[in-house]
Amino acid sequence: MVKLTAKSAAHGLLPLTIGTVQVTEVADLTLTAIAPYKGKAAQAAQALTSAHGLDWPQPKRATGNGPHAIWFGHQHILLTGAQPDPGLAKSCAVTDQTDAWVVVDVAGQGARDVLSRLTPADMRDGAFALLDTARTEIQHMQGAITRMDPDRYRVMVFRSMARTLVHDLQTAMESVASLSA
Amino acid sequence: MKIDCPLCGTRDSREFSYRGDATYLNRPAADAGAEAWDDYLHNRDNPADRTDDLWHHGMGCGAWVVVTRSPASHEIFATRLAKGTGA
Repeated sequence: MVKLTAKSAAHGLLPLTIGTVQVTEVADLTLTAIAPYKGKAAQAAQALTSAHGLDWPQPKRATGNGPHAIWFGHQHILLTGAQPDPGLAKSCAVTDQTDAWVVVDVAGQGARDVLSRLTPADMRDGAFALLDTARTEIQHMQGAITRMDPDRYRVMVFRSMARTLVHDLQTAMESVASLSA
Repeated sequence: MKIDCPLCGTRDSREFSYRGDATYLNRPAADAGAEAWDDYLHNRDNPADRTDDLWHHGMGCGAWVVVTRSPASHEIFATRLAKGTGA
């Protein structure tokens, strides 16, 4: 019997520290897309709260502390860090996305400057507060950015783009670091 | 050029792709007849002052957005979600 070794999406690519910014992979994070059926939005929100103790996130927002519910685009959210309650399936389409995305945390002083080089979304404090989230372009890739801490951003792109994401982050980090050198 | 996504806020146009006139939201019934389908598929007004366009926020939230804008000045007057606005 062949034994296969599980590899995370950014296996061998991370962690990476350049200047004051660190990028680490958030491996083994359970991801579930949750999309309410037509007319079931209220039920879905109730199910999420009773099963997971999470408020249904408004557009551009994430909720939670531990497991998170992240707004993930038009009429759907992403549950991260928790196995979805089977009861959610009564009001929502529930789709396992674990391993479909590469998830990294970009942290440290200047993390925002790094991201600002990669996305057209406004990353400034006034426009992107704690637990704000954006579905946006990350250097030509369709991705998501969520502000987890004042200096820590969670960045996601499709798993197949992991190497490209790390390369683009590295280029931006080197460029930001060179300015303060 | 920037477009106000009703969900995401103001974003650069590189996140959007253009579909065409908002006529596409009003799909005729299957039995509406050749004239209605001809109109739907081919016939467009070409006003210089104001048009409704369909844009897809594909590099963002995935929503279809109706953008009311001027083809002459490129000014954008209003944006709204396409969902629920068709026939």
